[in-house]
Amino acid sequence: MTDFGFKLSKSATLDLDKADTGLYERLCSLEPDARICMNCGSCSATCTAAPFSGMSLRKVILGLQRGQDVRPMLQGCMLCGKCSMVCPRGINTRHLLLTLCRIYD
Amino acid sequence: MKENVVVIGGGVAGMEAARQLLLLGYNPIVVEQQDHLGGHVAQWNCLFPDMASAGDLVRNLGDGITDANIFLETRVTFVNRLQEGYLVMLSNGVNIACRAILVATGFKLFDAARKEEYGYGVYDHVVTNADLESWFNGNTSDRFPEAPRSIGFVHCVGSRDLKAGNSQCSKVCCITAVKQAIEMKERFPDARVFCFYMDLRLFGKKYEDFYIRAQQEFGIQFIRGRVSEVGETLDGRLQVKAEDTLSGKPLKVQLDLLVLMAGMSCNPDVADLARMARLDIDSDGFLRSRDNLGGINASNRPGIFYAGACTGAKTVPEVLAEARSAALAIHRYMTGR
Amino acid sequence: MIYEGKQKIWKDYQKEIPDDHWYYVRSCIRQNFFPASERKFTDITQQMLGKDVYETPYHTTCGGIAYHCDAIPQETVMTIVARQFALMTEAGYENYVPSCVTSFGNYVEILETWHEFPELETRIREQLWKACRREFKKPKYLAHTSDLIYHWRNEIAEKARVRLIDKETGEPVRMAEHIGCHYAKMFPSKGIGGAEYPYVLAGMIESWGGQVVDYPERRHCCGYGFRQYHMKANRGYCVSNTHKKFESMEPYGIQAILTNCPGCCYFMDRWQYVIAEQTGKTYGKDGFGIPVFTYEELAGLVLGYDPWDLGLQLHQVAVEPFLDRIGVEYDPKAKYLGLNREDILRPELPTNLKCF
Repeated sequence: MTDFGFKLSKSATLDLDKADTGLYERLCSLEPDARICMNCGSCSATCTAAPFSGMSLRKVILGLQRGQDVRPMLQGCMLCGKCSMVCPRGINTRHLLLTLCRIYD
Repeated sequence: MKENVVVIGGGVAGMEAARQLLLLGYNPIVVEQQDHLGGHVAQWNCLFPDMASAGDLVRNLGDGITDANIFLETRVTFVNRLQEGYLVMLSNGVNIACRAILVATGFKLFDAARKEEYGYGVYDHVVTNADLESWFNGNTSDRFPEAPRSIGFVHCVGSRDLKAGNSQCSKVCCITAVKQAIEMKERFPDARVFCFYMDLRLFGKKYEDFYIRAQQEFGIQFIRGRVSEVGETLDGRLQVKAEDTLSGKPLKVQLDLLVLMAGMSCNPDVADLARMARLDIDSDGFLRSRDNLGGINASNRPGIFYAGACTGAKTVPEVLAEARSAALAIHRYMTGR
Repeated sequence: MIYEGKQKIWKDYQKEIPDDHWYYVRSCIRQNFFPASERKFTDITQQMLGKDVYETPYHTTCGGIAYHCDAIPQETVMTIVARQFALMTEAGYENYVPSCVTSFGNYVEILETWHEFPELETRIREQLWKACRREFKKPKYLAHTSDLIYHWRNEIAEKARVRLIDKETGEPVRMAEHIGCHYAKMFPSKGIGGAEYPYVLAGMIESWGGQVVDYPERRHCCGYGFRQYHMKANRGYCVSNTHKKFESMEPYGIQAILTNCPGCCYFMDRWQYVIAEQTGKTYGKDGFGIPVFTYEELAGLVLGYDPWDLGLQLHQVAVEPFLDRIGVEYDPKAKYLGLNREDILRPELPTNLKCF
């Protein structure tokens, strides 16, 4: 192959037709409250791990909806439970996260 | 002898006001351009948040004004200031002397074709909120695919849009989109349904419950990002581009049907009336109330009152409440109290 | 697709184009990219159509390319443009037609800016006077050369020796059109047909017998983007945009592309080679690419000019399959002969993109 000194760039576009949301649907069947997240960010704002590890429960749920691999984020969680205290929709975030870990395993 | 009150506009505002004016002992004369009463609501199928029938609402309001004078397919051609009150001339040749006029001329649905990037009128399966209600009412159209697998709703079409000359929020579109998304999901349970929004402005009673139900029971996906461009694919589907602002990434998806939530813009027909009756127009093109707190019903002219969406975007309950308060304001004006 | 819906939009975006007496200015780069196009514009308009199209050797760059490369400030560009207008005024013309889409956008932007900020125009007039003792009138009409070919498209169709019809099947050839961003995206009202559904090129294709094919990424930029391309490290994302367009048009069986912008035409042609080298993929039939034409080249083909006189041998993508399709006669042996009939040497052939 000719080396041009540059290559086609990878597109950052999220293609919802290609996104595999099977994992998200499975999570929703076990944790129906995953559906009612409204992306307010309260969980991430208060998260012990967020500033140091890139963990964000909001991004975890959103990422699953877009078919992305969110495992690296889960590893940062310290299971302190603060996120479940602040969630205005009353999602049992801690439980949701543990369920997700079980699905991944 | 009952005193005349000319009610300009036979939508839900004009109908409810006329009903109240009848009860208060006046002779309301309703002037309506179209061949039916009920305005935009008469074209709708059902109304949030209780999914009440729009037809029933219009029929009930109509039942309350059987004793009123109603001129359909009639326009106001001239308004003259008299010594006391006004002379209103109609296109059917009738002249009415009255001391009070109620303006209930409503809004104009934003022409979605003006947002050219969405391709309304160009792409086969792009429709508006109004088209969808008409379809719910049983009017068929080949704009609607038989078994859509994916459906999108675009919020704020011609609302909060300085470039389109409508900086205002139309208030009802967010909740209408949620309502219509649920209705589509009920009809097509296997379809994926997306709502593309800038902000969700769900302010009214039970609206938030509706939103939660849309997420929880119906799995409707809310994507925060305004659709920037629509194209048509080889098989007649729609390729939609937006930014998923919550992920911070561009996003695309193919849809079988795209519903544009056309907003409320000012009714351009009131410009003539405003000129004849020397009524103030506000910066958003709607009629200007005396003030926006306690004087919504009052105009800048004695004896001329406002009700409903002629002064800005409103929901049906707001319009009905304004119509009643306008009738009371007229009564107080007439009786000098 | 609802054709009537597009027609309705086209009606809203028309502009007045005088039928004659144009002051013509060439592009900085087109004569290197597609050397015969501008020359053929004068041949077609002056000789075939008998129009008064005047040009002067004193014309320079409009500054648009440097402006879009962030190399010079807009006031400098304005003063350069003021000089071009002075040359037009001195020549006794008031209709101005640039051949480059970025020039066209540059002129529109400057005229609109002067309209909004007349004090800026006054300052530029002073600067021009100080710099070279010239004065100017603003053009009465400004059009792009593709606007003029559009305007005369039916006259060209009447003189056509070849139509955009597949000789074998009798069907119209399937063509995509691609409009340069600077043509109407900045000022949609200045483009024929507007910016979302432009008609300027579609009108030519229709008039000359072809079929216009729309595809989802039609409006997408070719990716050239001036300073982006000029930095080698950035070229990956330039070519990625062209790639995105070709991926989108792939299922449509498009047989040729018509463009009105120097950069778009060049890059949509040349990048097909780079894409083929990097991905192994080609977008035309049988390993060929999809030929990309300028509107002068297409008009020239329709009017019966020899394809090698139109400079089509300088395209990366082989044009021969398209010429065969619409029945243009040509001598394959003459492809690499110069105007003096001497051999101009052959390019190296690519690995994946089929060429002659």
